[in-house]
Amino acid sequence: MTTTVAPTTAAPAERSGRPRAANFLRMLPLSPAIGLMLVFLAGPIIYCLYAAFTNMALTGTGAADVKFVGLDNFRKAFGSGAFTNAIWLTLVFTLISAIIGQNTLGLGLALLMRKSTKLVRNFVGTSVIGAWVLPEVVAAYLLSAFFNDEGTLNVMLHAVGLPGQDWLYAAPIIAVSLANIWRGTAFSMLVYSAALSEIPKEIEESAEMDGAGGWRRLLFVTLPMITRAIMTNLMLITLQTLSVFGLIYAMTRGGPGTKSQTLPLYMYEQAFSFSQIGYGTAIALVMLAIGAVFSLIYLRGLNSEAA
Amino acid sequence: MIARDRLSKLASNLILLAIGVLFVLPLLWVLFASINRTAGLRVEFPTNPTLGNFKAVLNTDTTYRPVLNGIVLCGGAALLTMVCAVLAAYPLSRFKTRFNRPFLLTVLFCTGLPITAVMVPVYGLFVQLNLVDTIGGTIMFMATSALPFAIWLTKTFMDGVPISLEEAAWVDGAGNMRALWAIVLPLMWPGIAVVLIFTFIGMWGNFFVPFMLLLSPERLPASVSIFTFFGQYGEPNYGQLAAYSLIYTTPVLLLYLLLSRKLGGAFALGGAIKG
Repeated sequence: MTTTVAPTTAAPAERSGRPRAANFLRMLPLSPAIGLMLVFLAGPIIYCLYAAFTNMALTGTGAADVKFVGLDNFRKAFGSGAFTNAIWLTLVFTLISAIIGQNTLGLGLALLMRKSTKLVRNFVGTSVIGAWVLPEVVAAYLLSAFFNDEGTLNVMLHAVGLPGQDWLYAAPIIAVSLANIWRGTAFSMLVYSAALSEIPKEIEESAEMDGAGGWRRLLFVTLPMITRAIMTNLMLITLQTLSVFGLIYAMTRGGPGTKSQTLPLYMYEQAFSFSQIGYGTAIALVMLAIGAVFSLIYLRGLNSEAA
Repeated sequence: MIARDRLSKLASNLILLAIGVLFVLPLLWVLFASINRTAGLRVEFPTNPTLGNFKAVLNTDTTYRPVLNGIVLCGGAALLTMVCAVLAAYPLSRFKTRFNRPFLLTVLFCTGLPITAVMVPVYGLFVQLNLVDTIGGTIMFMATSALPFAIWLTKTFMDGVPISLEEAAWVDGAGNMRALWAIVLPLMWPGIAVVLIFTFIGMWGNFFVPFMLLLSPERLPASVSIFTFFGQYGEPNYGQLAAYSLIYTTPVLLLYLLLSRKLGGAFALGGAIKG
């Protein structure tokens, strides 16, 4: 890997007579990163663009004789109940766990922490971050136990006289969404804490002097000042949540039936359990397209802010 | 006025405590179950604590080899990421060319792409290149998937080192790489540590990539081998699963503590991400 590194004696360009060659030398340290990203990131994406239009498979006719099938894979996808189910579940999962759950709870925690005593702040911060630091599969097991018929949630519900149920069986998409909130809220909390700490104290104080109450101050003073952080955070957690696989796979395997089978799990099942590589790649392409649209909105937002 | 302040402070504390307890409950389960001889699925304080669960999982097949595999895999990938990210960040941070902006926007764009979606074609690529079930191939892919974000963060930290220090070195005849090594890196080591540790923690918990690209049981890292607790023999042993989970989690907990104590860790990260 290190053989492609620029020579350590490269002369600074100011003293070199040929700016073009100098520029090339200056940019040479980028080459290991570019090389890796071309082979392992751009390569697969381009391959996606090809394989999604073929009948490629691990077994059967598509394995021996790969043929172009045009838009067949996409037609099959959008005509299939299982695919639309997966799209729908992905939207529900993203909306509940990222946009509503992690984002709102993270913002709420960051706001409340400014008014709390240090001890409480440390306790809450540590437990929320603790859930975030845990490896994905471990988090999945902890929450499977929590939501199980015999688990802690039902013990608590029974204690206050409410009926319990096997949450992973009765409401799997809600259970995995709550699991993702538990696991991911720390990120939003950290982003918002950092953003709030940069608001000058005088601005909020003067709003208070002018008689703005708590909610009005939050709505018209505090939130507008962290719009940029809100947009950045929403975009990052949305993209993150779109591609969650391990958490759901370890908790429910997409089941029961297909009740928690989001797009990544559907793609995995089609490509590997059913060996339909071409079809699986077409689904991957749809996911990439969704991610790309979000990324572009995000970049546009950042750009217009900077200008 | 003062009374109202006190009331809102009390309310904030109570709401926070309630949320904190909800976050802690699942964590308590793993702590209690790991020292419980007859662990079930609910949080219960072990009446007769034991270290038997830890003894049962501390052997080569269950713990030592998967953890070692994880260290080789994630350590190797994190180092590779870091070397490439530092090299790439230097020209991006130091020299203004027309190439910089499009490249940085592409990198930022890549941080958003769902890596999960790329896994099917990556598997195809690995089959073509004969890289399936190799540690080296998996390291390279893991490093690549972390690179965009690492480049972005490293550049942000590097921008914080004033360029005037290098200009003096350039006048003295030092090359770019020498200036990077001798002047820039020593001044930004907290930033380097943040990116390195953060990258490692992310990889340590990653399940899907090694799950797809590695096959042999003796090469699997801890994030995948944890599945062996749910073998074909019915009910898993929850006490042992909890003990193993704790052992597997310990390295990232220690690294995270290091990050937050010494470096202001996640808060520095939150600041850097803000854009």
